[in-house]
Amino acid sequence: MTTPAPTPTTEKTADTSATAAALALGDDALVLSHRLGEWAGHAPVLEEEVALANIALDLLGQARVMLSLAGDEDELAYLREERAFRNLQLVEQPNGDFAHTIARQLYFSTYQKLLYGQLATGDSELAGLAAKAVKEVAYHQDHAEQWTLRLGDGTEESHRRMQRACEALWRFTGEMFQPVDGVDIDWQDTERTWLASVTSVLRQATLTVPEGPRTGAWAAGAGRQGLHTEPFGRMLAEMQHLHRSHPGATW
Amino acid sequence: MTAVTAETGTNKHGSPAADEKDASAYAAAFDAAVAADERIEPRDWMPEAYRASLVRQIAQHAHSEIIGMQPESNWITRAPSLRRKAILMAKVQDEAGHGLYLYSAAETLGVSRDELLDKLHSGRQKYSSIFNYPTLTWADVGAIGWLVDGAAITNQVPLCRCSYGPYARAMVRVCKEESFHQRQGYELLLALSQGTPEQHAMAQDAVDRWWWPSLMMFGPPDDESSHSAQSMAWKIKRHSNDELRQRFVDICVPQAEALGLTLPDPDLRWNEERGHHDFGAIDWTEFWDVLKGNGPCNEQRLTQRRRAHEEGAWVRDAAAAYATKQHNNGEATA
Repeated sequence: MTTPAPTPTTEKTADTSATAAALALGDDALVLSHRLGEWAGHAPVLEEEVALANIALDLLGQARVMLSLAGDEDELAYLREERAFRNLQLVEQPNGDFAHTIARQLYFSTYQKLLYGQLATGDSELAGLAAKAVKEVAYHQDHAEQWTLRLGDGTEESHRRMQRACEALWRFTGEMFQPVDGVDIDWQDTERTWLASVTSVLRQATLTVPEGPRTGAWAAGAGRQGLHTEPFGRMLAEMQHLHRSHPGATW
Repeated sequence: MTAVTAETGTNKHGSPAADEKDASAYAAAFDAAVAADERIEPRDWMPEAYRASLVRQIAQHAHSEIIGMQPESNWITRAPSLRRKAILMAKVQDEAGHGLYLYSAAETLGVSRDELLDKLHSGRQKYSSIFNYPTLTWADVGAIGWLVDGAAITNQVPLCRCSYGPYARAMVRVCKEESFHQRQGYELLLALSQGTPEQHAMAQDAVDRWWWPSLMMFGPPDDESSHSAQSMAWKIKRHSNDELRQRFVDICVPQAEALGLTLPDPDLRWNEERGHHDFGAIDWTEFWDVLKGNGPCNEQRLTQRRRAHEEGAWVRDAAAAYATKQHNNGEATA
């Protein structure tokens, strides 16, 4: 089996743009779904076992539709090397404590809601999926917002943990607004709306909006170019191991 | 509502219970309701031993659901295709949901989820011993679905007619989902059995390891089962351990043939006279040993459960503190 590398051709056709968009957004959903799946059996309360699994399943469903637009879903998920993945670095960050998971959910679901909301009204290949997914994502965003309020405005300990999580992940949020080929939206306006929305939730949760830079020292958009963080390689090793151990097998 | 309600002393037809003979009238009405196959509901009078027996059984069932998430979630991050990963995640999520219904059913008997979790964490209440075996390969996910969930369904379908209403109703939904779980396990094993030689060997190995522990899930033989007789009299339980075990063996034999897999029992054969399959002797020493805490994963399962609970304490505290603040704010502005 060959490894389909999403290498951009010099001649940019509508087709390759659509593939690039499906890969970028599909990888986001695939990777975050995997991280949320790691919570199974470890969640702080039974209701969150159900909720986190539910969000993970929604995201996996989105990933499967988008990866299938770009090629074979299993080849893409299981046979690409780390450098061929196009997801944001934010979604590959380890779960950390529950506060880190919630901060990651808040940042990403707010982004995804804005993105899908705009894609749903467009005429791209992703419009249909976006129209369905935006309803799921609105629930994810609400879940993250409610927990941000509870943790931020709960106890001293939860406030401290939530503040630390928001700050730790802040530098991965700039990357989200690097234009994605094939996603024709006003990225600057989307970023402004995202910032206003997240700021409002954090303030209501009595948290301080982080002041640090929103990108790392490496160029923004690194994940979208296939540059990832160290934990991602180990995540893929675990995810791909069994599939790769039985070349050509069907499951 | 059925039988006699403790609050009003009337039965469901509205006729008064004799005041001077309250206790015996309640007991008689309860016995009559059970005999007539009526459901006992939370506000009905019930013998304390009946309540205790139900709490014990429902709690053990709820604990089994949440501990049972561990051996399967062990494979979520390594599921070999996205389709299988979605199915497995949905299955583990269902189990968390079953835990929720069952703890709620137990709450109708006056015990809180927190109390029951405490008892689980301190080892005072049990969960099904089957989950003290490890999932060593991907095929174990299939074997759990086919055999463990299959055995659970055989046990649980009669519970849909259990005399206690909330438990019986919870079991209707649980059984529907378990039936899906059993089918996905069978289908997973079929794909492996018909796959590459390595996949087939993986499936056979899993069945070899899970077959006997699955038969033990029906509990000790009838003459050694401590709770059985009373539970049958109260119609909490409808069939004996050995009857259910036989039913399960008879169901599995043709399914194993269809799968192209062998059940690891040289004594397994059809007995024309009995109209059932005979099967070999179960190693009850192993059963009691695992039950007492010496299974391969007893320590690991409880440790993970306790750790998740302890590490989540600050989250639950935060949610409670936030809810109190919201409540107080609401009162202040009202």
